[in-house]
Order: sequence, then structure tokens, then C-alpha cells
Amino acid sequence: MKSLKKLSLLTLLAALMVFTAACGGGASTDKTTEKDKPTTPKTEEKQELSGSLSVSGSSAMQPLVAAAAEEFMNANPKVDIQVNAGGSGTGLSQVAEGSVQIGNSDVFAEEKQGIPADQLVDHKVAVVGMTAAVNPKVGIKDIKKADLIKVFTGKITNWKELGGKDQKIVLVNRPDSSGTRAIFNKFALDGAKPAEGITEDSSNTVKKIINETDGAIGYLAFSYFTDNSVTPLAIDGVEPTAENVQSGKFPVWAYQHSYTKGEADGLAKAFLDYLMSDDIQNTLLKEQGYLPVTKMQVERDAKGNQKNK
Amino acid sequence: MRLCIYPIMTYFRGVWCIMEKLIPAKDRLLKSKNNWMDGELRGKVLVILCAVIMISATISITIFIGTKGLQSFIKNGVSLFEFLTSTHWNPTDQAKPEYGALPFIFGSFAVTFLSALVAAPLGIGGAIFMTEIAPSWGRKILQPVVELLVGIPSVVYGFIGLTVLVPFIREHVGGLGFSLLSGMIVLSIMILPTITTIATDAISSLPNSLREGSYALGATRWQTIRKVLIPAALPTLLTAIVLGMARAFGEALAVQMVIGNVRNLPSSILDASATLTTIITLNMGHTTYGSVENNTLWSMGLILLVMSFAFILLIRYLSSRRKL
Repeated sequence: MKSLKKLSLLTLLAALMVFTAACGGGASTDKTTEKDKPTTPKTEEKQELSGSLSVSGSSAMQPLVAAAAEEFMNANPKVDIQVNAGGSGTGLSQVAEGSVQIGNSDVFAEEKQGIPADQLVDHKVAVVGMTAAVNPKVGIKDIKKADLIKVFTGKITNWKELGGKDQKIVLVNRPDSSGTRAIFNKFALDGAKPAEGITEDSSNTVKKIINETDGAIGYLAFSYFTDNSVTPLAIDGVEPTAENVQSGKFPVWAYQHSYTKGEADGLAKAFLDYLMSDDIQNTLLKEQGYLPVTKMQVERDAKGNQKNK
Repeated sequence: MRLCIYPIMTYFRGVWCIMEKLIPAKDRLLKSKNNWMDGELRGKVLVILCAVIMISATISITIFIGTKGLQSFIKNGVSLFEFLTSTHWNPTDQAKPEYGALPFIFGSFAVTFLSALVAAPLGIGGAIFMTEIAPSWGRKILQPVVELLVGIPSVVYGFIGLTVLVPFIREHVGGLGFSLLSGMIVLSIMILPTITTIATDAISSLPNSLREGSYALGATRWQTIRKVLIPAALPTLLTAIVLGMARAFGEALAVQMVIGNVRNLPSSILDASATLTTIITLNMGHTTYGSVENNTLWSMGLILLVMSFAFILLIRYLSSRRKL
């Protein structure tokens, strides 16, 4: 009974497929069925939160948001939050086209080309300070802003000229489209165009290169200055510390933005509120090396104008 | 999983046995003849389906990259001539953005040819060693070594390059360590297995009569290899090199970690450089869909695709020259 044999084989295969789907595909099926739920507005705050939320964007923000998401999911077991890191551009594009509910970015949406910034709502969840970092053997700890610009534009090529060791200056840049590069150029170099140098995207690689290369200078977020492998530079005598950034004395810092398309509602709003809560702002943010946005005494708009709160 | 299925399978097997005994052989044979699921037809459908899926995937990818890659020229008005010939790459400049991808195109070709230059003699030499010099023990050692090289992920090659090779070159050769030279070394190790494997197959598949004839004429072993075997296997050996080059041309991650990613044209082998693939991987995540920056990255992807077609055409041409 050949045909029957084949038929039963097919039935068996079908059974097997149903079985595997039931066994292994739990998470994915949940995601597809509950995708629409976050958009339905929650009327009562006390109601238990459920559903799934996808977050994408800036890789610099990914550890922070992922850690917060984990705690949020522990508190609300029915919630599933997926945090992806694909870069600020990806995050903004995806939130604008609606494929994720929250898009993280380390630059203002207005600064990126091709993003309908007026449709997106900005939630500033953290502040990150960054400064120039040099190889410890260079021997300087403080630099004037004018000299920093000269170093990065290639007008000064040896540390000797700035009172350091007789070492050739090696620049470590970020890619053209990187948010970190945009912020550093704008606030540390006053918009000057940096000369060519080694270009790396990942902060850890940049740190490794600065540490290993004599005379190297690059720029890193404060959270990467955990050991003595690179020396952070004070700019114009202002130490790169959290206090100086909060008081507005230290110029090189940026908001970490979470964008939603239209006003946040439902689960997205609950999660963003959670990110802004004192609990997260005062503990988790510090652990991850960010500065709480709630403690900032100054604020800044998309054009870079700074004013006191 | 297997535990759940097993009882079901035995149950079905039981049913088949009973059914087979109930229906006479004649009916069974007649019935199976005009069954739509008969082996021939089903096999044919299955295989055609596979072919259609593969062909449509390739065609749709080509069309997608084609339309995406041409947008920067059609929609954003980037000049194709500037893109291919200018050495100034400055897409984020507000006032006067420049889109010259020549340094990256040059970098891609430079590392590809340089790594082929290193890997081709090594790979072919290894292949000759395995097939002609020490077919028994040599092959036993070299074959697993080559297979092992295939299995190492490219990111691991890059990481080794960044940790070991770059400091080594900085201290012992000169320059920053991030250089064309580092990229060349990492890539040549990566494409070595491709070249070695294909070259080994090419030489070992040569008919034995060639060797015997050569020896009969009084040629030594080296003369046989150099004057008979290599010329006979040459088209396939060239195919092996071109395939290796195609892989080197498309490699991104490992190269990105050691080449330095500088936008200038390198003036020496110790200068840092950049390739099309490294610029794409560095910038893709930061750019927004539909922006000029993003579209120019797609254009670079298109160049990569065109080049891989060119490599394939070259391989087709070389294989058509094969005489044996």
C-alpha cells in the first residue's frame, strides 16, 4: 500500500511540524499574536501590564535599555521586551516606519537626514559625557580646547609641542555617520573637520587601540574610563566628571534619546516612565556609566544651544 | 522530542502492515501507477521547486541591490563619475558633501590582489605536496589543517589580527600596524583553504597516464610537476585563485578590524586603508533608510555585486578553457 504509506508519512510530517511549532516556537508565536496589544491604550494604571514591545537603535544605549527591560520584565512577568542594537540610524528609521515601538538614538532625530522628526516624540532618558582619551605614555592630562582642535585637525602632529613626550600623534576617529563623532566634533572641536585617522566603530576597539598605540588620541564616553589603560583629558582645565557635565561646565555631552512615533501609549509609555523613574535614574544609570537626565542643571536643544534649566 | 514521535511511528508502521495484507497485489500495483504522488513526478516537482527558489532568490537580490544602489545616482543626483573616480569621501559635510568612493574601491582591489599573490603560491604548493610529494602522510596532516582553517569564523581571524598581527607589524615592520599589509595577511590565510582544496582536486583528478608518460620519457618528478601537471591543471588552478579572490573581495569583518579604515588612498603597503565592505559595515547602522549616505552605501554594495559577477564570468571563461 504505497500510496497510503506516503500519505501516512505526510501526516506524520505534519504532526511533527505542529509538534515542533508547539514545542520550540513559543516565544515567536507569542510575539506575533500580541504585537498589536501595546497600541491599545491602558485606561487603568493598576491593570497588570502584558504584551510585547520591540526596541531598536543605538548600540551605545543597548546595555542600559536591555538591563532596564530585564528589571521591568521581572516586575511585570507578562511583558516581553526585545531590545536590539542596530545603530541610531536603524533605530530612527524603524520607529519612523513603525516596525518598532521605541527607537533609541544618541543624536536628535532632527540631525538625521530622511527622518520625519515632527512625527517622532523625543524622550531623553539619559546623558552621556565624553572626552578625548590619550595613551597614558603621552604624559598630558589637560588640554586647551584650541589645542585639541589643532590636534584633531592635524595642525599639531607631535605631543612634544603640547608639553608631552616626543611622540607622533595618532588619531583614532569614528565613522562619518557615527553619533559619537558628530557630538565630539560639534562640542569638543567646535565643528572643525577632523583630519584622517584610523576609524573604528566600537568603543571597546577604540579603547584597545588607544591603549596599545604610542601617541594615540581618540574619544570615549566616561563609562569607558574604568581603569588606567587610557587617560581621559580635561578640557580647558575642566575635569571630565559627572558633576561638571551636570552643572554645564564640561561641554562634551549628549542626550540618549528614546523616540516613539506619536505620543507614547500603553506598554511603551509604561516602560519609558519606568526608565525615567528615580529608581532607574539613580541606580542603574550610574552602574552603566550614564548620567541621570533628571539631575541636569542645563538643557540643550537639537541645534546645540545650551541654557540653564 | 524523539520520545514523543517514536510511539506514533510504530503505530503507523503497524497500520501499513495490516493494510498491505488486505489489498491484493494487483490492485496495489495498478493504483500506484496513476497516483499523483508517484516517485518520478514528485521528485521532479521537488527538484524544480528547489531550483526555482534558488533562482528567484538570486534574481530578487540582484534586482533589490540594483534599484537600491542606483538610487543615489538617480534620486540623489550623486554623479557616477565622481563616485568612481574622486578620492574625497565626505558624506556628512553639511555645506558640500563629497561622494568619492575611489579609495575604497582601490582598497578592496589592493587587498584582494595582494592576498591572492600570497595565498596562490602557498595553496598550490600545498596542493602539490598533498597530491604528488607525500600523498599518504602529507595528506593526512595537511587535509585536516586546511579543513580546520575553513571552520574558523572570520571575526576570530580579525580578532587575532587585531591582537597579534597589528602590534607585531607596528613594532617590527613599521607604521601604525593598521595597514594594507595586515589586511593582506589576514585575508590570505582566510582564502588559503579555498585555493588549496580546489587545487588539490584539480591535480589529483589528472589522469595517471600523464604522469606515467612523463616518467617514461625520463623526466624527473619535479620536471613532471612543473612541465606536465601544472600546465594541465592550469585552468582549474586559476579558477581556484579567482574563487579565493572573490571571497577576499567580499570579506568585511576581519578586514575591518585590521585595516584601519582610513579614507585616503594608501601610498604604501604600510598605510592604513579602507575597503568597500568595511565602509558599509562601519556606517550601515548609523545611517537612516533613504538618506543619501545610506544610498551611497547601497551603491557600494552594487559595486561588490557587479564585481562578484565579473569574478564568476572569469571563472566560467577559465573553466571553458579546460582541456582535460
